[in-house]
Amino acid sequence: MAAPASAYKDRQFLAVIGDEDSVTGLLLAGIGHVTQPPDSQKNFLVVDSKTDNAAIEEAFERFTTERKDIGILLINQHIAERIRHRVDTYTAAFPALLEIPSKDHPYDPEKDSVLRRVRRLFGE
Amino acid sequence: MSGTGNREAVFPTRQSLGLMKAKLKGAQTGHDLLKRKSEALTKRFREITRRIDEAKRKMGRVMQIAAFSLAEVTYAVGGDIGYQVQESAKSARFRVRTKQENVSGVFLPAFESYTTEGNNDFGLTGLGKGGQQVQRCRETYARAVETLVELASLQTAFVILDEVIKVVNRRVNAIEHVIIPRTENTIKYINSELDELDREEFFRLKKVQNKKQRDTAAQDAEMRAKREAKAKADSDKENEDAGDEAGQPDILGEQEDQDVIF
Repeated sequence: MAAPASAYKDRQFLAVIGDEDSVTGLLLAGIGHVTQPPDSQKNFLVVDSKTDNAAIEEAFERFTTERKDIGILLINQHIAERIRHRVDTYTAAFPALLEIPSKDHPYDPEKDSVLRRVRRLFGE
Repeated sequence: MSGTGNREAVFPTRQSLGLMKAKLKGAQTGHDLLKRKSEALTKRFREITRRIDEAKRKMGRVMQIAAFSLAEVTYAVGGDIGYQVQESAKSARFRVRTKQENVSGVFLPAFESYTTEGNNDFGLTGLGKGGQQVQRCRETYARAVETLVELASLQTAFVILDEVIKVVNRRVNAIEHVIIPRTENTIKYINSELDELDREEFFRLKKVQNKKQRDTAAQDAEMRAKREAKAKADSDKENEDAGDEAGQPDILGEQEDQDVIF
């Protein structure tokens, strides 16, 4: 049933996979975090047209399953679109996956995995 | 006989009938309770869904405003600050903590945002020019992230509730369509078997009674025959005796003397 407290009590950071503008803005808000030097992992990934899908998938995997200190993962919708199969099959409660609009790509509720689930549940 | 349907493997005894009846009652109570739980959760679920819908729309607007303020920064600073910002990010100022809320026995975690004071990674960003815009942009984005955090907690609640509702509904359906019919079937089976035994027992008793009656009747008849035979023998003997005494009437007897007429 409900997740045990240990599943989310240490989750205190937000992570972001997005284009440069989104990441810059969110970092300005102060969500950026780099872990202690030995492995110094960033909690953000900047994706541009040159980044290939494997890299995005790897970052997605790292933020969702490997790191246990991330509570919310923000991902630009047009990037989520590129790894749609991964996003759609992601059903865990933690970290929460949130698709956000970017500057060049306005928000489209039709593509959102959660909103699609909502619609499917209510039979629309 | 109702042994054809799906039923539990029990011996048809009164004890197991009692057990089955208790089980049926328990299943019905459980079904009612779970149904109510499922309804409460669904109500909550619908409310959350509605709020998610609103929050997603709000997020669209807020992110647009935030993106615009970032564009202002780029214009004011006169160059791209992205690289600088990415490199100077060290420790998160904006963090979330989780708390939980109890809805009908289900713990729904909710995120709450807080900012740690003291560290400011971007103190020097926009030092040359556009510092004011950078500041405003940071505030706008902080507000946007707050909205996102709110949305994320709604969404987490949504995911967890979805799962829990599925489990509860599955249980409700299992009880309603499997356990209750099966228990009822078992009760019916036990009842019919017990009735059958009752009928058998009744028939047996009747048989025994019949036989006893027949035996008694035969005995009676025999006795009667014996008695009659004996009685007959007695009366024959008596007759013989009576024949002997008929010659000399008993003058001293009680019988009235005939009047003697001279």
